[in-house]
Amino acid sequence: MLEALLRILALVRKELLAILKDPRTRISLFVPPVMQCFIFGYAATYDLNNVPYAVIDQDHSAASRDLLARLDGSGVFVRVADLRGAADIGDYINNQRALLVVQIAQDFERQLSSGLPADVQVIADGRNSNTAGTAIGYVGAAVAAFEAQWQSDHGESGPPVQLVMRAWYNPNLETRWNMVPALIGTLTMLQTLMLTAMSVAREREEGTFDQLLVTPFRPAEIMIGKALPSMAVGITQATTILLVAQLWFRIPFVGSFVTLYTALAFFLLAAVGIGLLVSSVASNMQQAMLFSFVILMPFTLLSGLTTPIENMPVALQYAAAINPLRYAIEIIHRVYLEGAGLSQLVPDLWPLAIIAVVTLSAAAWMFRNRLT
Amino acid sequence: MIASSGTAQSPLAGKLHRIRALMRKESLQVVRDPSSIAIGIVMPVLLILLFGYGLSLDVKNVPIAVVLEDPSPDARDFVAGFQLSPYFAAQLTPSMPQAQAMMVARKVDGILRIRSDFSRNLALGDAPVQLLVHGTDANTARIIQGYVQGALGQWAARRAAAGEPTASDPVVVRDRLWFNEANDSHYFLVPGLIVLIITLIGAFLTALVMAREWERGTFEAMFVTPVRVGEILLGKTTPYFVLGVIGLFLCILSAKFLFEVPLRGSIVVLTGVSMLYLLVTLGMGLLISALTKSQFIASQIALLVTFLPAMMLSGFLFDLRSMPAAIRLLTYVLPARYYVALLQTLFLAGDIWSVIVPNAAVLAAMATGLLLAARAATQKKLA
Repeated sequence: MLEALLRILALVRKELLAILKDPRTRISLFVPPVMQCFIFGYAATYDLNNVPYAVIDQDHSAASRDLLARLDGSGVFVRVADLRGAADIGDYINNQRALLVVQIAQDFERQLSSGLPADVQVIADGRNSNTAGTAIGYVGAAVAAFEAQWQSDHGESGPPVQLVMRAWYNPNLETRWNMVPALIGTLTMLQTLMLTAMSVAREREEGTFDQLLVTPFRPAEIMIGKALPSMAVGITQATTILLVAQLWFRIPFVGSFVTLYTALAFFLLAAVGIGLLVSSVASNMQQAMLFSFVILMPFTLLSGLTTPIENMPVALQYAAAINPLRYAIEIIHRVYLEGAGLSQLVPDLWPLAIIAVVTLSAAAWMFRNRLT
Repeated sequence: MIASSGTAQSPLAGKLHRIRALMRKESLQVVRDPSSIAIGIVMPVLLILLFGYGLSLDVKNVPIAVVLEDPSPDARDFVAGFQLSPYFAAQLTPSMPQAQAMMVARKVDGILRIRSDFSRNLALGDAPVQLLVHGTDANTARIIQGYVQGALGQWAARRAAAGEPTASDPVVVRDRLWFNEANDSHYFLVPGLIVLIITLIGAFLTALVMAREWERGTFEAMFVTPVRVGEILLGKTTPYFVLGVIGLFLCILSAKFLFEVPLRGSIVVLTGVSMLYLLVTLGMGLLISALTKSQFIASQIALLVTFLPAMMLSGFLFDLRSMPAAIRLLTYVLPARYYVALLQTLFLAGDIWSVIVPNAAVLAAMATGLLLAARAATQKKLA
């Protein structure tokens, strides 16, 4: 037992040296995740703040000017032009000079004063319909604020029902609070899986795997020796991104670190298991890399990182059940933003455990049967 | 194949002959290596199916808990609107603590609470309704808020039409979404996938294959043959160019016939600009492999500078104008943003030359620059 432990330790040491001895590999393990975390933390947001819009104000009344002033002052919209008529709309939308054109009809104030519905037309560039929808939502909010002001100024009663809205866990509904913690799982998995897949494939390509086999190591020991260093690298990367999320982006961490790291260990074990399985199938580094990529792409895109899993068709939701990243992102969100404890995470932890057990034993079986 | 007889051939014929032989060798290598075929053909098909069906920002059937503390007809009428809406899967929940427990367990994405004094306040003309949303997925939460606001407006309009003394909204916002009237997120997600797939084939696969040649020394071995550097690169990249074009057509076909995304521009222009972008990515792949000469590092860098930006910094998902200035500047250096602009315009808006020409020009310039740089980087190592 002790001997086996010592053997594993020696192998772990050798693996860590192999990973960390090359300065370029060292850099490529830690610099890209941090860079990505910064870039995506800033870039990956559905929130808008620089929306170019054009105006057709056919009313030129105090009311229309007041409404437009609200749009200009919202910090979201930038007015790029005052158009004369509807004929100019095409030019601005087609050429992407404006995302929105807001058109106020000439009887706007008159209708308002006489208590009749006053029209505001919004024409949006639907080439990215999500962005357009969000922008229209912002216009709606500005219009609602204008209405409330108008009604209180003119002694009218407001709408009979007001919606009082509040968001749990992310009071200002910032995409970044959702995205950056999710990157802890995503970026860590990308590299842990590849690193593991490559480590065995490299030995195979260089012929050192055969040498490893004639040593007293048992296949299980070799696997543990390959898995532990990758997991250590993964934990370090996760910690780095966690620090960036908290210290740079100031996203408050409300959960417990013990819970988070316990869950991360499950997740990394599953990622390493998949990596080992890939490397047991691949016969050289190139194949290992391509196979892991073919696996990583769908895992990343169908993880809930960019679009919600609930929006997927049911069949794909079942298929996503084998994706460790979707559990990891769920867990990280729940611990990081919602402060969930371990017992609440059980529904996400056991699938990870199953993925880890299945992939690791399949990899062990493959190794044993390909050794000869 | 007949061996070249040397002296009898003109230099050009010799050149063509060498390139042809190289292309043949490389094509055989691609065809015989299952992993290249996997990434060149199987991958695009798999991706477009998975993501075409899987990626969606259209929120429907949002599970919400409705806590109805007021049993009056007014309140029931108000809630009925939510129960009929296709956007919500509303379930009546007897008490607030119960609804909150459901939200904590993420069984519902929102709670709508109608307090016991709702109908009394409604008669006074000022009835608050509370909406709590699960904010972890901020984008969905915002969409839910919009839906609830919309449902509320419809209810008020219905009441007004029924002659109830209810002031409806004084201002009516009528929105129209050009190019995507039905507000279907596939319209921009599926063209965006084409960017990902071409980037993958052009940059990632090429970087990997070339880095392997460098790592194994087979590239240096080529240098001692009469084949010139430019010819090697041409011969080696042509099969990947062909793979990329096949992938492209698979994508366009499935976009049009499977996902019914309209193709309003001309297919010739679309193919032309896609080939330009493919050349850009090939140039990036070649340059990365020539500079790193290691498979692992080449794959990491290819991932970092080609694939992830194509997904995150291209305007495919996230609006470029809303990014901080520094990152916005960065996106101008990356080719993906020009191609995404072209794809979204060509698919949804049509042949708008004022968008096509400048973006295609930038891609052409980038392709030229990158391919020349790749050639230079390869040449230098020859010495």
